[in-house]
Amino acid sequence: MSTQVVSPGASSSGAPIRNLEAPGPRIGEKIIKAVLWATATLSILVTTGIVISLLVPSIGFFQTVSIWEFLTGTIWAPAFANPSYGVLPIVVGTLTVVVFAIIIAVPVGLSSAIYLSEYAPTRVRKTIKPILEVLEGLPTVAIGLFAFYVLTPLIRDLTPFLPWTGPFSIGVAGITVGLLIVPLVASVSDDAMRSVPRSLREGAYAMGATKFEVAVKVVVPAAISGIIAAFVLGISRAIGETMVVLLVAGAGNPVLSFDPTKGTQTMTAYIGSTATGDISQGTITYDSIFAVGALLFLMTLAMNVLAMRLVKKYREVYD
Amino acid sequence: MADEPDYSSRVALPPRTRVAVGGARDVTEALFTSGDRKKKIQGTIFLGLLLFGLSIALIAIAAMIIWAFVAGGPRLNVNLLTNVPSIVTPENAGYRTAILGTLYVIGGVILLIVPLGVGAAVYLEQFANPANKFNRFVDLNIQNLAGVPSIVFGILGLAFIVRGPLSLGFVAAAGSLTLALLVLPTVILASREAIRAVPSSIRDGSLALGATVWQAVWRQVLPAALPGILTGVILAVSRAIGEAAPLLLVGAVTFVTFNPSFFEGGYSTLPTMIYSYAKRPQEELQVLAAAGVVVMLLLLIMINSVAIYLRNRFERTW
Repeated sequence: MSTQVVSPGASSSGAPIRNLEAPGPRIGEKIIKAVLWATATLSILVTTGIVISLLVPSIGFFQTVSIWEFLTGTIWAPAFANPSYGVLPIVVGTLTVVVFAIIIAVPVGLSSAIYLSEYAPTRVRKTIKPILEVLEGLPTVAIGLFAFYVLTPLIRDLTPFLPWTGPFSIGVAGITVGLLIVPLVASVSDDAMRSVPRSLREGAYAMGATKFEVAVKVVVPAAISGIIAAFVLGISRAIGETMVVLLVAGAGNPVLSFDPTKGTQTMTAYIGSTATGDISQGTITYDSIFAVGALLFLMTLAMNVLAMRLVKKYREVYD
Repeated sequence: MADEPDYSSRVALPPRTRVAVGGARDVTEALFTSGDRKKKIQGTIFLGLLLFGLSIALIAIAAMIIWAFVAGGPRLNVNLLTNVPSIVTPENAGYRTAILGTLYVIGGVILLIVPLGVGAAVYLEQFANPANKFNRFVDLNIQNLAGVPSIVFGILGLAFIVRGPLSLGFVAAAGSLTLALLVLPTVILASREAIRAVPSSIRDGSLALGATVWQAVWRQVLPAALPGILTGVILAVSRAIGEAAPLLLVGAVTFVTFNPSFFEGGYSTLPTMIYSYAKRPQEELQVLAAAGVVVMLLLLIMINSVAIYLRNRFERTW
């Protein structure tokens, strides 16, 4: 490496003087570092690209439709002869999906996480975790198809007292998205609970607590910020889910309705179904995709930032 | 409850007597361990609920996979792989162009994400000063990008890649680039984790022997982190294979009857083709869609077994 050769004879005048600095300017090293820096910085360009691609057409859109009309309007009919751009119907569609997804994913995900973290023997844990990861890796198209052909008829037969109409249902879409985010909720809460120090559990056992009491009264409260982060990440994922909603809730005419038995649109389904058609650039309908996209981006961004703060909180306490 | 075995289990008692003996014992025990019994029931019920919750998730996975094979069963033959898509003759239609499209798109994704993702991870873990504000910003930005909905990347692809600055048009390369940007944060985060798991003594030892930082990274740290990085890349790729939403926006929806090419002509991929079939009312097309799910699942199983093999083959403890 070094060009400095220190011969034993040189020590006649005391200790040898060694130059520990690099012998050359190491230009190659600097170039490599610059290239690596560029790859890391690419992510900022991607974010900037997303923001610009959403913002520029949105500005065009909001010159025709006022922001107030967009956010508070209750009729979403961009493709009609007499178009209306009130985003509330598809926002309500998205929120319905989120509510149903949470109803499923919170109990199922949390109980899976408590079982895996507090009860399961190592071998069971090592088998079940990868299986849950399989669910996370399944293509959402496949899950959507399964939900449409199996889950929808099943839920319909189980609840004949509900006013089912048509083949699509936003409620079933929400339940399906809920199943989809179970692995996410389970693995993030499991990580949070496992980072609770053993001493806390042992302290509780020493006081005579049962396993149930330790899990529910000690571990869950201690890991609560991580568990809430898991829910928030799940919500963010549910807001952004597209294919399941397109397949199960259809991409029909969105009306402002809270009825989970009917098909309707969500923000993602609107983008996915509108952008596939032969839609010409520069029209107000084309720009509306970007306005809805911008709203979607802001909603998930808020959720993700919140989740990151919560995770940081429990990391600070225990790591 | 007590440490010593029950009298009834020590001595062979006739059934009638056993019930009476057992009952007598339980009542006496309950007198002395009153609180415990309630708690024991409570604990059992709780564990039952946990297992019930977990089984819902597991049953859903099993049901989905079984459904795909049963519903797609009638069409699971070679024609499915070799024939081109069609809605006129669904009984003969297949996925050839969609499978090729997926291979093209995913090939492009791999070529892009490996250098970009690993490069960024190496920079952030080995070169960047974590106290530097810019580096912290990059870090935060990557974490945020990982949570952006996939359809928003479709919008980015539509505005910047298909049209706008790059203007590639609705071609496979545009799909590749869009999906690559989508999974890039995942690859970076996974590779960083793999690099961080290499003990710093490996790097320090190399540096102490006079290696430059890059020499230490290239000859010591990266080879050690390779299995982890590969696993991360494969998992990211398998996510990209199943992704349909962003591709809807960058053109992968047409019924393509010719083999795709990278930079010109329409293309389709497995998940978007499945979606196009499933949207239509004919029953044959629904069977075809389910059969497509089977093809996609088999492809994913193949790819994931490579990941598992790599993880087990190269896993070592320091």
